[in-house]
Amino acid sequence: MKFGVVVFPGTWSEVDCYTVLDEVFNVSVEYVWHKETDLSTYDCIILPGGFSYGDYLRCGAIARFSPVMESLIKFARSGGLVFGICNGFQILCEAGLLPGVLVRNDHLEFRCQWTDLRVDNISTPFSARANPGQVISVPISHGEGNYFAPHETLREIENNGQVIFRYSAPNGDMAIVNNPNGSINNIAGVINQEGNVLGMMPHPERCCDSLLGGTDGKLIFGSVVDYLWKKT
Amino acid sequence: MAFDKDVLDELAISPAEYELIIKRLGREPNHLELGLFGSLWSEHCGYKHSKPLLKLFASDNPRLLVNPGEENAGVIDIGDGYAIVFKIESHNHPSAIEPYQGAATGIGGIVRDIFAMGARPIALLNSLRFGPLSHERNKYLFDGVVSGISGYGNCIGVPNIGGEVVFAECYSGNPLVNAMCIGLLRVDELVKATSGSSGNLLILAGSGTGKDGIHGASGLASRSFEYERELRPTVQVGNPFLEKILIESCLEVAKSGKIDGMQDLGAAGLTSASVECAASGLTGIEIDIDLVPRRDDDMSPYEVMLSETQERMLISVKPENAESVKEIFDRWDIDNSVIGKVTATNSVHIVSGTQLLADLPVGLLTDPPQYVIDSVTPPYLEQLQNYDLNNINVPDTSPNMVLMRLLSTSNLTCRQSVYQRYDHQVQTNTVIPPGSDGSLIRIKGTEKGIAASTDGNGRLAYLDPYVGGQIAVAEACRNVSCTGAEPIALTNCLNFGNPEKPEVYFQLENCVKGMADASTKFSTPVISGNVSLYNETQNTPIYPTPVVGAVGLTENVRNYVDMSFKNDDDVVLLLGASEVVCDVDYLAGSEYLEIFHDLIAGQPSIDLEKEISVQKLCRDLIQYDLLKSAHDCSEGGLAIAIAESCIKGEIGFKGEFETRGRWDVQLFGEQQSRIVISVKKGNVAEVMRFCTDYQVEVLNLGKVGGERLYVPELLDVSVAEISEAWMVGV
Repeated sequence: MKFGVVVFPGTWSEVDCYTVLDEVFNVSVEYVWHKETDLSTYDCIILPGGFSYGDYLRCGAIARFSPVMESLIKFARSGGLVFGICNGFQILCEAGLLPGVLVRNDHLEFRCQWTDLRVDNISTPFSARANPGQVISVPISHGEGNYFAPHETLREIENNGQVIFRYSAPNGDMAIVNNPNGSINNIAGVINQEGNVLGMMPHPERCCDSLLGGTDGKLIFGSVVDYLWKKT
Repeated sequence: MAFDKDVLDELAISPAEYELIIKRLGREPNHLELGLFGSLWSEHCGYKHSKPLLKLFASDNPRLLVNPGEENAGVIDIGDGYAIVFKIESHNHPSAIEPYQGAATGIGGIVRDIFAMGARPIALLNSLRFGPLSHERNKYLFDGVVSGISGYGNCIGVPNIGGEVVFAECYSGNPLVNAMCIGLLRVDELVKATSGSSGNLLILAGSGTGKDGIHGASGLASRSFEYERELRPTVQVGNPFLEKILIESCLEVAKSGKIDGMQDLGAAGLTSASVECAASGLTGIEIDIDLVPRRDDDMSPYEVMLSETQERMLISVKPENAESVKEIFDRWDIDNSVIGKVTATNSVHIVSGTQLLADLPVGLLTDPPQYVIDSVTPPYLEQLQNYDLNNINVPDTSPNMVLMRLLSTSNLTCRQSVYQRYDHQVQTNTVIPPGSDGSLIRIKGTEKGIAASTDGNGRLAYLDPYVGGQIAVAEACRNVSCTGAEPIALTNCLNFGNPEKPEVYFQLENCVKGMADASTKFSTPVISGNVSLYNETQNTPIYPTPVVGAVGLTENVRNYVDMSFKNDDDVVLLLGASEVVCDVDYLAGSEYLEIFHDLIAGQPSIDLEKEISVQKLCRDLIQYDLLKSAHDCSEGGLAIAIAESCIKGEIGFKGEFETRGRWDVQLFGEQQSRIVISVKKGNVAEVMRFCTDYQVEVLNLGKVGGERLYVPELLDVSVAEISEAWMVGV
């Protein structure tokens, strides 16, 4: 089992993701430079958070043209696991690997805070360790995490169970007050129809050590690790 | 005289200084040469009015691997092969003109200072001052500054772990924006800001040089200004994305061991970077203007040398290493060019191809005149210090109402709306996030932790510059001690008015003495700092505002506490006092006095010996795992400290202490050297024994529990109510 963590110019949570996989889960992990074109040796590719290419145009809009993206699309089509976190989620949407877009937070400000997420689908490689409807605490840190999809797309992903995480109250109730950025239907994370590409705005790599205030992120990375163990 | 007064004014060179230049040089300088003098002899680069005072700061400590005088900042050994460097710097004047870019480039500049030394930036902090937000202009400045810090800081992947925001009328139109960065490095990977040896090549990496920020150092930072619009082109524009890849590429270059020196281009751009490198390397330098990559085609040599374009770094390499350094920058898509070389001449030569444009001795440029002003005690001091505070009436309203009102005032209310706009978690080290007394981060791969706090009370320094200076150091260290970490070194930013005025110089001189005496007593060397003078508008200076950044070390990062009360029946104690004071003198300079009596008066006081014992006791109690919480009792006094611990812990407090005398003084007096702690019932006896051993006074305040903050006969409010009052925010 081998993880690859992609490094674009301007990425800043590659070390955070690497550290969790290496030190918390003791699995094999490597950095993947954005100019890399061969991903065939990896089982899961992580697109970490940051401001790829400065995100001056639109989040993820430039990164999607990076050389690594072409091979990433091939990798995803052949069933490899792809996990986009924050800026990685934005890039996956820009690249068309995930439905919808991420626009500026409705209050127009950057927000770094803890959020509660309800896990709405546990039959995925990224969420199998959760109980149905379990609420986990994971921090967000973004200025453009306001998920939007047109009516048709939204209905489709809701019907298919593609919404994996939603911002919620600690008891799982859905309310506007628990939505930190204006995301439609409180959506915090979605998966593609095939079930191998996940994107989420919150940062699970920031909560895999009790010293940092929580360990719920382990549930997500742990699900991936479990899945890959079973597969190999 | 070859140059008229307008030209000299633009460079902030006095006629007398111009005469001195001619005398020392033995000839008239040309315009380019004059520009170099103007920059390097500016207050910002040359510390003309502050250097003699800055020598008072202690810089003698076994932890110091490199002395502050030798590099951009001193280097502090934290054991296990690791060291830290840190520095605070002001960007007040640019932020007053263009708040977003002023604050953003303030972050960029301080971060470059740190990674230029080969250290990875691991934390940012800041200290901000504004006029009241009821004025539109102040609100514009406040929003712009916070957005600028957020926009730049969040993009570069360095957590913003703490800071302070303070409001007072004197900062109207002249905000203070002080940014601090902490860096971590392996001891053997330190990079020096030197030119290296003669024959070395000078590589300029990063942004193309443009026309932005010319005369920033001389014009903006080194004099008062009234006509802000005219100065807008002197503010630089930041590119945080470029900064981020510059960080990564420069750290890779530093790690490669292929470079001899590195220096960031900050104030006075290429001029100060190259001349300071040469001065430190005891060499000469030659820069070929034609080789400097530009963003703008029609730039004069003068503009190239004085441009303050951001995100640039100057690197000195041996010729045989130039290619491998270039490869690293190329891989990161960082533009880089050889623009000159190190020479054995002791002179700065600026050339354009074969044509010599400037020829000045390095030593002359780096040796500006120094001024010691005969200080005069400001006339207001005696009157304010001797004000009889007994004349103050106890308010007609209930203590409950006073508490509620104070909690919602701009200086005491919750700051979450500010710090939630900063990424404070990236790098996954943040143990105590912003919003407590001090913040704490872990050092991965070790059991160590680094705590930090910025602090400075302008009002107290205004009432007594010497004592105010001492208190700034004491409070910053106290905040760090409240996490369990031991303060090991300091940085400071001295924000003052025009030092050429004898009354302002008095404030500067005495404040520095107070800070210096306190840092010596605390054994916390001052490893870096920055001076921002000429902070005035309409001829009125700001409060003398010393800002101290204290950094502490803990060997066991898992033994820490924050300020929140935890469990029912935990016992609440006050360290540093045997009774709740009712001496009216402790109202001096308090928030309560200003808010309820519209008065800034009194004589602040502090006993440093007591302060040191209280802090040591608090740290040791935390390290022995005897405390549940610790909270510095400062602005707002005891009632505010208790209320904050209740709000953060979402739990009540039941007071059991004796109350007598004036309740306003007891609840809201600001006696120094006090810490509110909470202790598990079973540990109280042991904590008391510690207090006796350390000879620190202690008072039983009451118990944690319930849903109300209750003090017999004085306070009885629900935690929900005070929480709502406090959450109003700025």
